[in-house]
Amino acid sequence: MIIQLSGHHLTKKFKQQTILSDVNLSLASGEIYGLLGPSGSGKTTLVKILLGLEKCDQGKVELFNQKPSISSFRHLGYMAQSDALYEELTAYENLDFFGSIQGLRKKERKQRIEEVAEIVHLRNDLSKKVLQYSGGMKRRLSLACALIHKPKLYLLDEPTVGLDPLLRQSIWKLFQKLKEDEATLIVTTHVMDEVNRCDRVGLLKDGKILATGSPADLLKTYQVDSIEDIFLKGVSH
Amino acid sequence: MQNILALTNRISRQFIRDKRTLALLIVAPILILTLVWVVFGAKTDEPKLAVVGDSKLPMVKQFTLQDIKSLNLKQAKSELKNQEIDAYIEIKEPLSVHLEGSDPPTNQRALKKIQDTLGQAQNQGQQKLSIHYLYGNKDMKMFDSFGPVLLGLFVFFFIFLLSGVSFLRERTTGTLDRLMASPIKNIEIILGYLSGFGLFAMIQSIILTFYSIYVLQMNIEGSIFYVLLTIFILSLSALTLGMLLSTFARNELQIVQFIPIVIVPQIFFSGLFKLDNLPLWGQIIGKFTPLYYAADALKDIMIRGAQFSDWWGDLALLLGFSLLFIILHMVTLRSYRKA
Repeated sequence: MIIQLSGHHLTKKFKQQTILSDVNLSLASGEIYGLLGPSGSGKTTLVKILLGLEKCDQGKVELFNQKPSISSFRHLGYMAQSDALYEELTAYENLDFFGSIQGLRKKERKQRIEEVAEIVHLRNDLSKKVLQYSGGMKRRLSLACALIHKPKLYLLDEPTVGLDPLLRQSIWKLFQKLKEDEATLIVTTHVMDEVNRCDRVGLLKDGKILATGSPADLLKTYQVDSIEDIFLKGVSH
Repeated sequence: MQNILALTNRISRQFIRDKRTLALLIVAPILILTLVWVVFGAKTDEPKLAVVGDSKLPMVKQFTLQDIKSLNLKQAKSELKNQEIDAYIEIKEPLSVHLEGSDPPTNQRALKKIQDTLGQAQNQGQQKLSIHYLYGNKDMKMFDSFGPVLLGLFVFFFIFLLSGVSFLRERTTGTLDRLMASPIKNIEIILGYLSGFGLFAMIQSIILTFYSIYVLQMNIEGSIFYVLLTIFILSLSALTLGMLLSTFARNELQIVQFIPIVIVPQIFFSGLFKLDNLPLWGQIIGKFTPLYYAADALKDIMIRGAQFSDWWGDLALLLGFSLLFIILHMVTLRSYRKA
């Protein structure tokens, strides 16, 4: 099992408030790790620290078993909570731009744009400006931008928020498919029914990881009917 | 290189799509320059004068010969009050001049005309003073003297505003995060912005300069190419400063809040007003503003027709400002992401 991403003793304070305290996690290749927690629990901060977009006060992050470097970002697919798209541009132009920033050559880009547009069902809307997109379409385009360069590791912050159940289904099917292609995914969510689709979940509350494990194991260990109950119980290890 | 090109390409596309921003960049400065030209470029009126005194006196005749009307004291007083005339001179011992007084430039013009007329009366037959201009000429209007400064100011202001807001948007929409999570170097982001915006800054410089010189007939002694070069280099400093300061703003309004702090002081120290009489600290502040050097170079080129050797130092300093802003921006981006 190859460790793709790991965080050791990550601690982050903002003024007096502790946002993350001593968080440890590691992701093996080919797994979907669900980061679960109520809003304000520090999920986004954790993802940003793992990406190197925010500094932690203590602890260290290793990306593909080394210190994060510019060249290792080549294998990262990041999708933020905000859609992070250029609204004046068409969907095609957005994909084209992020594709070239990721180092794809022109021919390759063209081909990949077609492929990812197909995957997120936006093929017929590629020439529309993002301004004219609905919220759900923007979300899917944002995901497509993270997919364009076939990364090995995905960090997806609430990828399915605002999508209808049908689309959510198809997106989770896509995650399964990425996983089969040996990709590693870390997905934050606060939707409980998505938890069961993850290989492992980490429960984050008040900046601490309450528990980690496969959904089935967690239910067994804590003797609860649903993962939510672990939060309600507020148990620690 | 591919990264820089991709950014340039993207920024150009965004510009072309956003018609209002394009208009802000080009139409707005043209409009303001034209308005300033209308207000300050028009030929100044002759002051409206009257003379009060016995029409048989030679001195009164001297005035009426100059098409200055002769009134009695009561009429003169009431016309002055109703602003029909700007001043009247009462021919008595000693001579007394009464001015309307609410507008200093008009006062000066009225006084000058009266003095000229009196001078002619006294110096009849004597030699005429001959006046020579080292730079400029007697037909130079106010607009010609501060036009070059205004040209620089508008370029600086609009480029600063636009680059600040677009880089800020990059952060607030989260696209900067996406860039930061991809293998693009910080310097490539800055250079991409420089080349994307630089392209439009160049178009703006060309249009504004040609408009000022050929349509508004702004005085130009030196080469147009030098004017363009100066304005373009000035716009680079506005570009880099806007990007740098956008990292300290959380939203568009906070960018606007930089205007009174960053732009307005530069206007005062840019040479629009004479700086020689300022206290030392004021003169020193002026030396820290990019616009000061641009205005200095532009006045050298446009009014004095100076050669490259006279103003290259100004341009070098402007480039130095840009470099400083880029380095500071790199430092702030570094705290955001290493590498």
